[in-house]
Amino acid sequence: MTVLKPEQAASREYQAGFVTDIESDTLPPGLNEDVIRHISAKKDEPEWLLEWRLEAFRHWQTMSEPRWAAVDYPPIDYQAISYYSAPKSKEDGPKSLDEVDPKLLETYEKLGIPLREQEMLAGVAVDAVFDSVSVATTFREKLAEAGVIFCPISEAVREYPELVRQYLGSVVPTGDNFFAALNSAVFTDGSFVYIPKGVRCPMELSTYFRINASNTGQFERTLIIADEGAYVSYLEGCTAPQRDENQLHAAVVELVALDDAQIKYSTVQNWYPGDENGVGGIYNFVTKRADCRGKRSKVSWTQVETGSAITWKYPSCILRGDDSVGEFYSVALTKMHQQADTGTKMIHLGRNTRSTIVSKGIAAGYGQQSYRGLVRIGKDAHGARNYTQCDSLLIGDRCGAHTFPYVEVKNPSAVVEHEATTSKIGEDQLFYCRARGVPEEDAVNLIVNGFCKDVFNELPMEFAVEANRLMEVSLEGAVG
Amino acid sequence: MLKIENLHVRVDGKAILKGINLHVRAGEVHAIMGPNGSGKSTLSNVIAGRDGYEVSEGSIRFKGKDLLGMAPEERAWEGVFLAFQYPVEIPGVNNTYLLKAGVNARRRHLGLPELDAMDFMQRVKEKAKLVELDPSFLSRGVNEGFSGGEKKRNEIFQMAVLEPELALLDETDSGLDIDALRVVAGGVNRLRSPERAIVMVTHYQRLLDYIQPDIVHVLVDGRILKSGDKALALELEARGYDWVREEAGA
Ligand SMILES: Nc1ncnc2c1ncn2[C@@H]1O[C@H](COP(=O)(O)OP(=O)(O)O)[C@@H](O)[C@H]1O
Ligand SMILES: [Mg+2]
Repeated sequence: MTVLKPEQAASREYQAGFVTDIESDTLPPGLNEDVIRHISAKKDEPEWLLEWRLEAFRHWQTMSEPRWAAVDYPPIDYQAISYYSAPKSKEDGPKSLDEVDPKLLETYEKLGIPLREQEMLAGVAVDAVFDSVSVATTFREKLAEAGVIFCPISEAVREYPELVRQYLGSVVPTGDNFFAALNSAVFTDGSFVYIPKGVRCPMELSTYFRINASNTGQFERTLIIADEGAYVSYLEGCTAPQRDENQLHAAVVELVALDDAQIKYSTVQNWYPGDENGVGGIYNFVTKRADCRGKRSKVSWTQVETGSAITWKYPSCILRGDDSVGEFYSVALTKMHQQADTGTKMIHLGRNTRSTIVSKGIAAGYGQQSYRGLVRIGKDAHGARNYTQCDSLLIGDRCGAHTFPYVEVKNPSAVVEHEATTSKIGEDQLFYCRARGVPEEDAVNLIVNGFCKDVFNELPMEFAVEANRLMEVSLEGAVG
Repeated sequence: MLKIENLHVRVDGKAILKGINLHVRAGEVHAIMGPNGSGKSTLSNVIAGRDGYEVSEGSIRFKGKDLLGMAPEERAWEGVFLAFQYPVEIPGVNNTYLLKAGVNARRRHLGLPELDAMDFMQRVKEKAKLVELDPSFLSRGVNEGFSGGEKKRNEIFQMAVLEPELALLDETDSGLDIDALRVVAGGVNRLRSPERAIVMVTHYQRLLDYIQPDIVHVLVDGRILKSGDKALALELEARGYDWVREEAGA
């Protein structure tokens, strides 16, 4: 029994694989300064931002794609990508959900995130990003009452230019890395969040990203600022339609936490992973970084990554403020021919800074999985502590899991602990469940979900349930 | 109910069971005794459908159906239950959740409606009380951090919840103190009914003071050399196994 056949492994039909048929305003493929000017003009941007973009672009032209990650893909032709795609809608764009193209709403419903329902479910405000333009932003008024700003970043550029100018690129500089530079040059939309001093954001903020038009990369840019003593929990969910070509997704997320502020950032990433032969799928090359600028600030990244053909992603924390705390909880699943090189960086600069890393990697089919983590303790980071736990679970014997922990300690008072395990899904455990009457596939789900529990527990309640279910559908057929 | 005929089993090419015949009727309690390494766990595992055993000859029928052709979960749905000698830990998997999945899969198989969370919790709490299992164990990971005795008690608890027709207890008594033994025996005795059968694998006759077997078998070197009533267990306790070997000319 229990023969794990990789050729049958985990190729369930991708449920989000449909294309919405709407007219869109799309730039022809290609990237040059004119394209950037066009994007900037389309968005009515101030001059400084255009200059910022152009500078990033010039820098990008001098850089080359990073090749150190344990992932393998053919060269990307950046001139073959279209850098702007917006659904064509009435002049100014929708003012409320009623004005939104019903087909878009249908799309969201197919994805299982009916905005209306979410609105009613109270507590979840959604800024939905469809291709490059935000089409629906809900709950803004309620948030405005609390003084919270939650809007598309392009709007923030117009409405809150000072805030944007102060913080944009202050965590991830334009020239930080190849993909971040590209994003800085061509980013089209994303979310902007500002939580004022002492405010606890009254609801979970949530953005669903989705790549629709084919051959368009998606380059969203998210900027979240929690002012002194503020708290916010933010969730992003991602899906993309099924296509044979690979699509590039190079996002940048910047978080800034000032004194005593807390940001909890959760991701459920379910981009199209490609088919069972490794054709198609999203290249998810993302830069996410938090700056714990203030004393006693705290940032917690939680990610559940089940999609994308290739994932290259290291949500990081710069623990600058004394007594600041960084956390990274991650579940990554690679099946079929998916590859993931993911992990985190915890940069301890302040005194008594603490970080926790819990990474759970699951590989099935021909999936390849790497944990890459850096813990750096600066010379002034007296009393810094890090705890890292890094577990891998293998399903079948064609997949692989690798761990690359990097530790640099420049202060002798630091305590750095690292635990790592790699195990095959236990025949004993499977048999035990089956002997209790649990069918084999359900037994695998149970065991995998149990393996991920420490991370799922960090997700907001309703999303923990979603994550559980996502793991289940993702694992369908992982054993044969 | 259970009919094992001429069962030969190999592990890694080595013959472990060498022609087992065992008939268990509904309502009966059988005890299988034998020295370490004689094949008792092998027999229990083969009945429950564990991988890695090669059945080279013979058959196992349960309620007239061929068990050997069924997956382990199908055997469970038919009513076979194995209390493991060494229950495995499954971190993060909620004990109650596992049972609920098992109970409802079986109910689906039998064409019965699934139990909802409320009904199921009711049942689970009753049974936990029965085997004096602390309710905190219900929400813990399966056997996660349980002591040896707690694991055994959890096995009996699971048996009580699953209400099997055939319960195989593989050395459930070993490692238990006298109080735990009494509780475990109580759980087993409560399961006894004219529709059910119990096969206990044990080293010691101690358990048999609490659970009266109808028939005792002596398993030595992969063969049942002798069967008898409860008196046989006492004799084994007093004299060991060698005389059985000699008597059988083995
Ligand atoms: N998985 C296995 N691989 C190799 N040998 C095994 C395996 N399982 C059991 N055996 C051997 O089979 C024999 C019977 O074992 P077992 O059924 O566990 O005996 P008992 O339960 O009566 O102590 C022993 O010699 C044991 O070493
Ligand atoms: Mg044994």
